[in-house]
Amino acid sequence: MGHLLTLKRRQNLIGWLFIVPASILIFVFYFYPIVRAALLSFQTGVGVSLNYAGLFNYQRLLSDTVLKASISNVFIFLIIQVRIMLTLALILASLLNDPNLRFRGFFRTCLFLPCATSLVSYAIVFRSLFALDGFVNYLLTALKIIERPINWTGNPWTARALIIIALTWRWTGYNMVFYLAGLQNIDRSIYEAALIDGAGGLTRFTRITVPLLRPIILLTSIMSTNGTLQLFDETMNLTNGGPANATLSISQYIYRLSFQYSPRFGYAAAISFVVFVMVAVLSLIQMRVGDVR
Amino acid sequence: MTKRRIGTVLKYVFLFAMSFLSIFPLVWMAISATNRSVDVVSGRLLPGTYLVENFRNLASTHRIGLAMWNSFRNAVTATIASLVVCSLAGYGFEIYHDKGKDFLMRLLLLSMMIPFAAIMIPLFMMVGRMGLLNTTTAFVLPTVSTAFLIFLFRQSARYFPQDVIEAARLEGMSELGIFFRMYIPIMRSTYVTAGIITFMNAWNSYLWPLIIMQSKESIVMPLLISNLIAGYVTDYGMVMLGVTLSVLPTVIIFLLLQNSFAEGILSSVR
Repeated sequence: MGHLLTLKRRQNLIGWLFIVPASILIFVFYFYPIVRAALLSFQTGVGVSLNYAGLFNYQRLLSDTVLKASISNVFIFLIIQVRIMLTLALILASLLNDPNLRFRGFFRTCLFLPCATSLVSYAIVFRSLFALDGFVNYLLTALKIIERPINWTGNPWTARALIIIALTWRWTGYNMVFYLAGLQNIDRSIYEAALIDGAGGLTRFTRITVPLLRPIILLTSIMSTNGTLQLFDETMNLTNGGPANATLSISQYIYRLSFQYSPRFGYAAAISFVVFVMVAVLSLIQMRVGDVR
Repeated sequence: MTKRRIGTVLKYVFLFAMSFLSIFPLVWMAISATNRSVDVVSGRLLPGTYLVENFRNLASTHRIGLAMWNSFRNAVTATIASLVVCSLAGYGFEIYHDKGKDFLMRLLLLSMMIPFAAIMIPLFMMVGRMGLLNTTTAFVLPTVSTAFLIFLFRQSARYFPQDVIEAARLEGMSELGIFFRMYIPIMRSTYVTAGIITFMNAWNSYLWPLIIMQSKESIVMPLLISNLIAGYVTDYGMVMLGVTLSVLPTVIIFLLLQNSFAEGILSSVR
């Protein structure tokens, strides 16, 4: 009996050895930095010469017009882009879910392919496609839809539209994969019964598909919100936050404050802490939703 | 009946149109990589003969070979380190689980809430203090251990039969031996999924190297292609060749392992 206990204890100890390296790394590279960021947000100064400043950074944050601009940009993307993208992904997923659909594999591969590109790469491809002398302007003028090339990155709203188009291109297939997986769990007989009752395609979509996928739709909206709050690569490479900060994202503003202007680590940390709180609240909601599933 | 037929036609037209729009930017990118900038600008959609010249221009103005090699080395190091550390932990959390370890796991999961933007400044200062700027170690360290991968491996260890472990123990196999010789071979598909996610993330990582890779010798692909468009006049043929090279590895992985790829995306929320 005593021998068994020590064996059990020995295994328990070995178990700790398995998990210790990974756990230490997470403490050092996630938990310690977030505590540091919190402390940093109460300090002010340039570079590494920092002094305690109380709530000064948080007061400054309230009257920062650039920060306000970046937050409202992110919310513009959120409200317009996420809705377009998720609707499109839902429609595509429900079309692809039909087992009798021809070229199903082909459609799926094509729609899913944008996920294989890095954010910087596709941002540069879109920047080139939508350049003043780019292919999109060439095509639109050749088709006589517009008279003169559009300066996409030169106007606040065309620049935002460009970001929205690009984000939608990159992430629609990604969200579609979630919906496809969710649809596989829906019993086909429900659709067959609805078909017998004479329900058309649209009715089946709005009365069966959307309600049954509601938890996954919520999940994807939270993920998209989360991703949009942390938007960086695209705005940096597609529009560089311009024109006049019309597409500046919060992450890019933090980056500018820390690494492009004279480094204001304390103030940047205060902003990043605000992002942290927003993301944390969303993740908590996401976890609860995940639990329900 | 005809109404339904129109519906079917519309459905296919819509799906073909969306599929076309999805792949067009990438097709255009690959075609443009073989054309002169003037041809790209004038809307040429046929493959040209300037691939070699574009490459020569790219190689003479940017250190493309170096960037590819750095990216490759960083991504492979990150992948191997991550798979080892996280799969050990995931296995440990499941097979030897008790109250203490379960609590620790829940604690670690909280790290998934921390956005990178919130910790990049302290991370940068830490790495700087350790004298690790411009190194692969600095590139890899913050992402070696992620709660997500640990969780993924813990879930897969749940399907690892307990009696196999007991039998192996009776045979006198060590605990580490069971992990390496039995768990790893059985869980190959989890490793593939996790490997794809980690490799892609590391290969595509942009913000972190932008901050820490400050020397010309440590440049990685996302930084290089981001620099390509920084100039006043853009040589589209050359830029598109650079971008094509940067997406080539991930697109190949995608085309070869599409299902594991989808599995990787889905597993991020399970």
